Amino acid sequence: MQIYLPIAEMSVNIFLLIGLGGLVGILSGMFGVGGGFLMTPLLFFIGIPPAVAVATEANQIVASSFSGVLAHVKKQTVDFKMGTVLLVGGVIGAAFGVQVFKYLKEIGQVDLLITLSYVVFLGMIGTLMFIESLGAIRRSKKKMPPRKAKRHNWIHGLPLKMRFRTSNLYISAIPPFVIGIMVGVLAAIMGVGGGFIMVPAMIYVLGMPTKVVVGTSLFQIIFVTAFTTMMHATQNFTVDAVLALLLLIGGVVGAQIGTRIGVKMKAEQLRILLAIMVLGVCLKLGLDLVLTPTELFSIGTGGH
Amino acid sequence: MRIIFLIIGLFAATIASAQETVVSELSQDGVSITATFNGSEIFLFGAIKRDAPVNASAGKLDIIIEVSGPPTETLVRQKERKVIIWVNSQSVVMKRAPSYYTIAATGPLEELLTESERSLRNLGLDYAVRVANPEDEEFRAALIRIHQKNGIYATEITPVTLTEDTLFTTKLAMPVNVVEGEYTVKTMLVRDRRVISISTSTITVRKTGIEKWIYDLAQEQAFIYGLLSLAVALLAGWTASEVFRRIRG
Repeated sequence: MQIYLPIAEMSVNIFLLIGLGGLVGILSGMFGVGGGFLMTPLLFFIGIPPAVAVATEANQIVASSFSGVLAHVKKQTVDFKMGTVLLVGGVIGAAFGVQVFKYLKEIGQVDLLITLSYVVFLGMIGTLMFIESLGAIRRSKKKMPPRKAKRHNWIHGLPLKMRFRTSNLYISAIPPFVIGIMVGVLAAIMGVGGGFIMVPAMIYVLGMPTKVVVGTSLFQIIFVTAFTTMMHATQNFTVDAVLALLLLIGGVVGAQIGTRIGVKMKAEQLRILLAIMVLGVCLKLGLDLVLTPTELFSIGTGGH
Repeated sequence: MRIIFLIIGLFAATIASAQETVVSELSQDGVSITATFNGSEIFLFGAIKRDAPVNASAGKLDIIIEVSGPPTETLVRQKERKVIIWVNSQSVVMKRAPSYYTIAATGPLEELLTESERSLRNLGLDYAVRVANPEDEEFRAALIRIHQKNGIYATEITPVTLTEDTLFTTKLAMPVNVVEGEYTVKTMLVRDRRVISISTSTITVRKTGIEKWIYDLAQEQAFIYGLLSLAVALLAGWTASEVFRRIRG
């Protein structure tokens, strides 16, 4: 059954979209990631214009992260104060990101920017995760204790210190603010929540306890992606509500199935699987940039 | 002198009396893009009206139907290798490229019309799509190639069935990726490689129903549209969490 997407202006199979949403939902449930960094490239592969894919994915992430944060609020694993500092930075970053996006769309380089960002970030994260989980598997075989994150580092020398009770931290507000800005820029340019950058940064840079990391990151992601959605909707007119809704339906169901699969698998195995998948998507996007395209010409959207 | 004018006048009158005109009708004059829109097919049928029987010595009779979508300013970009990656570099703007183009005819255009007649009436993709600067020929060819690949420019001539040099019919295919606007349908009667009569009609392509509502809202009330998109997302997120909480709990 085909459905016509009003903003993307194309007809797509409705089950393909729900299926894609479901697949990414399963993965996000299994690995505890938002899934935006997998969904957006998949949308490119099925022919959705990149500008529409990025803006629409931001809207979909609002739904999935809101659904996720509710559970964390009940468990009291959200550091609202830390989340607020992160989101102030996030909103500033997103506002800047959307302007960059708009400018590059006008000069016809937006697709390149999106693809390059994906190749760089997926490559980095994939490689790090792969090495890290290989190490973890080796350690668990030798029965060695896992390395501890450093609690005292350069972060503690910065001014503007604040007390974050839920995270049990007394640190400067500058690092979370800067992390927020970076995540905001990524959210606007790549159509991702940015959890895959923020979660490691919260653990390794800020030294937050692992149990509050996911809830706090989801809390920040809701606001940043909501803001990004509004900016894309009002400046680029590229949010496709029908596409978002269809992806959502598959996504929420998939996430629940994925959570159950995830419980049965070992954390290291999960992470190495995710790393391989991330590197696979990265490789595909990277090859598209490097290999000689079959069609050297394209019809631009900036002409009118 | 008077005699000459009289002769010319009489001659003109005889031509006028043997005049042939073309009339045509479409099965529908509108295409609605709805949620389930998957392309559309329009039948065109017509007849040739004659005031007097046609002289047996008259040349071959043909029908050409040109359907052309609303012309738009189109930007064509060329990729170039910078260091190792392919980047969009040069671009050319085509002021008035039709957003849809197809020809239905009783034979190949080159055989049906003289070259000067084709160029005069801008018939066929080689005349309908033009660039200001002849150096940009590559870009023009690319635009035609890409549009043909996407199905909005036809690659072949659609056949027209002509019965007893009087009645004709054809099927026009509107692909799924048509844009909104007025599509001009020109039905031309050709005698002896020259167009002798034209009948023009239009097909209006419009988004309707929910598709139109969403599209208009997104364009004209972008802020409200954004808020609504967010509301839907939050509601869906909340519903999902409630439903699964109950299933588990």
